[in-house]
Amino acid sequence: MTVKTTTLTLPEEEFALQGNRACMGCGLSIAYRHGLKALGKKTILTVPASCLTVLQGMYPVSSMLVPCLNTAFETTAASASGIKAALRALGKDDITVVGWAGDGGTSDIGIQALSGAAERNTDFIYVCYDNEGYMNTGTQRSGSTPLGAVTTTTLMGKTEHKKDMPQIMAAHNVPYIATVSPSYPLELYDKFRFAKDVKGTRYIHILVPCPPGWGFDPRYTVEMGEMAVKCGMFDLYEIIDGVFSFYGQSQRIAKGKKREPVEPYIRAQSRFKGIPQERIDSLQTWVDRKWALYEQMGYCE
Amino acid sequence: MTSATASKNKKQTASETKILTANYAAAEAVKLCGVQVISAYPITPQTPVVEKLMEFVHDGSIKVEFVTVESEHSAITVCISASAVGARVFTASCANGLALMHEQLHWAAGSRLPIVMAIPNRAVAAPWNILNDQQDSISQRDTGWIQLYCRNSQEVMDSIIQAYRIAEDVMVPVMVCYDGYVLSHTHMPVEVPDPAAVKSYLPDYVPHTILDPADPRNINPVTLADPRLNAENVLCHGYFELRYLLQEALLRTPESVEKAGREFGRLFGREYGILDHYRCDDADLVMVSMGSLASEAMDAVDRLRDEGKKIGIIHVRLYRPFPAEIIAGAVAETGCRGVAVIEKDVSYGYEGALCTDLKAALFDYGVNVFAHSYIAGLGGRDVKSAELYDALSRSYEYCSKPEGSRRKDQEWLNCLI
Amino acid sequence: MGTRNCGHITASSSPAVGEAGRTGDWRVQHPQFDYAICTPAKSGIPSCFRCWTFCPDAVITKTVPPTVNLEYCKGCGICSEVCPTGAITMVSEEN
Repeated sequence: MTVKTTTLTLPEEEFALQGNRACMGCGLSIAYRHGLKALGKKTILTVPASCLTVLQGMYPVSSMLVPCLNTAFETTAASASGIKAALRALGKDDITVVGWAGDGGTSDIGIQALSGAAERNTDFIYVCYDNEGYMNTGTQRSGSTPLGAVTTTTLMGKTEHKKDMPQIMAAHNVPYIATVSPSYPLELYDKFRFAKDVKGTRYIHILVPCPPGWGFDPRYTVEMGEMAVKCGMFDLYEIIDGVFSFYGQSQRIAKGKKREPVEPYIRAQSRFKGIPQERIDSLQTWVDRKWALYEQMGYCE
Repeated sequence: MTSATASKNKKQTASETKILTANYAAAEAVKLCGVQVISAYPITPQTPVVEKLMEFVHDGSIKVEFVTVESEHSAITVCISASAVGARVFTASCANGLALMHEQLHWAAGSRLPIVMAIPNRAVAAPWNILNDQQDSISQRDTGWIQLYCRNSQEVMDSIIQAYRIAEDVMVPVMVCYDGYVLSHTHMPVEVPDPAAVKSYLPDYVPHTILDPADPRNINPVTLADPRLNAENVLCHGYFELRYLLQEALLRTPESVEKAGREFGRLFGREYGILDHYRCDDADLVMVSMGSLASEAMDAVDRLRDEGKKIGIIHVRLYRPFPAEIIAGAVAETGCRGVAVIEKDVSYGYEGALCTDLKAALFDYGVNVFAHSYIAGLGGRDVKSAELYDALSRSYEYCSKPEGSRRKDQEWLNCLI
Repeated sequence: MGTRNCGHITASSSPAVGEAGRTGDWRVQHPQFDYAICTPAKSGIPSCFRCWTFCPDAVITKTVPPTVNLEYCKGCGICSEVCPTGAITMVSEEN
């Protein structure tokens, strides 16, 4: 059992440089900043079309201190597979290969490549930062957009629930899955650190609150992420070799702490403006069912 | 071993003759080329290439990282990233699989990666057809890949080896194309070059992309329309300039192809170039074609020659970059009155792509001959020597027509509509 | 002097601070620290540092006391929200 990182022990060396193109208060920035610290210098990233593409800078200047191979939208996991294969062939297998994609690039256009890479148990870390929409292009819906959210392509609010990507990955039996949040950066750092030492396909899913896309004042990014976990819209857990365990706030809920209702979380974001009560109820039911299933599966013991 | 030494011992005793299909010739060639990463997705009639390579992995005769991906799009993507990291890579596909790769063909060329891909040409859907035509590769002609067309298994073997040399010289990916089934599945004797000689012919691959934690770069991020200063105040390319560099490399490629082909000839006894000629010297009509058709037509041309009709064949081995000046010059040199371009593709809404490209070159270099466009063999429609004889005879008649009346509408050979 | 001089044949970027320019220009407010309330400032001991931890742009230093790089601070206000003692207030740029 490794020692948990504290604010004091969290390393200071930064791999994401100041003055980059991220929006003010970007949830991805927090996650990326600490994720990179955990991954360390000996990393090669591969990043598809996404906010991160832009955040990493426009040619010829970049904003990060790890190498990155940009790749086409749907190809993150395939690109990572190729990087890994080449590193292995060249005897440089000690470099960590990390694909870092958005929810669109993961659950929609990129799901095929990800599924293939996971089925091959490709030795890489796949990070999905989930801001619940195609935010880089101005907020269009993705398969990860929650029910009721207004986007430019769901003007009356999305009529379907979001895909559960971590569970889809669980069905691939990959050696490590973790859900993390920039609102809990120390745990995020520790999960990345743990993932780094696992062999095979590792999947990390980050819920990333997005001020412009979700519609809240950027100062509340961290709070928004906390609310998401506390009401069960997003759950913090790991699946290590098929063994499920909650951590952090989600663990508290599993052990009996009352889940907050979803409504205040929803009403705090203008993407849900005008949402009819039935949809709020539907979201509540969706969360309740999810947790009932966790219980049924024995995850709450 | 230096090429100087090798040229003294022209044909290495370690080479051997095998009876191979073009698919197996491709696989054997890959085995010789020090390929480090292979990623391919099966598609008829390419599958035997993949299977044979997997056999080689299984029996230990090659040591590669073989990524058995879940689609062609991922296959080419694996090749792109592996090549960017610095591994020599190989893939193969055709038809709808090649079409699925399309986006990434642009990516590979734009990334300036020396990927080599074997293409056993097959018809694209819809409707489904697993048999031969060249629509698949020809419809990718704008992506920035080098395209070589082969007439037989030997040329496939040899062209794949040369492809690595050319690709890594100009930093542009290469397609080596050969007719599906007609060549891919037909057994022919092939001399397999000596492995040591091939090793000396192909220097180690040195990537231009830097993907190194010690020197962290961001490769292929968003570029802007205009040049932009970097942090050291050096003016760096806009997208326009980067793409210009690709074009520049492609325009340098014919020289690289000829050099690689000459060097190959010195080492292995078979020299290669950009065009192949058959009985062109005093031809009044020249048939222009790519792939096995050019070989098939030799029969028809011999028959016609016996009848006193002066006809020759130019086989276009290098289709992209289009060797405009060279081919215009070659046509002019024959002194012919016209060309009959017979090809297994059509640029829908216009005519055969090779015919169009040739006409443009002839026009550009002031070569005043007629050009007839023939579409043949789509979807594996058999192209018989007799049909070629017939088409060439008819075009030949135009040689004696007055100038101004030598134009003919495109013709679909043996279309039974 | 054209762009060929840069020597690139594909787009290859090198890292530098300020890729997006002086992002401090984006903000309409910036954080103001009350060191009398700020835990590390008050105690003189490395502690808390939630502002440093949560800053998306890493413009706050993990020092006693924490400082803000106003060249690149985008003024998001997260630091003021996560500060457990209320030591950080967002003040308008006009001040």
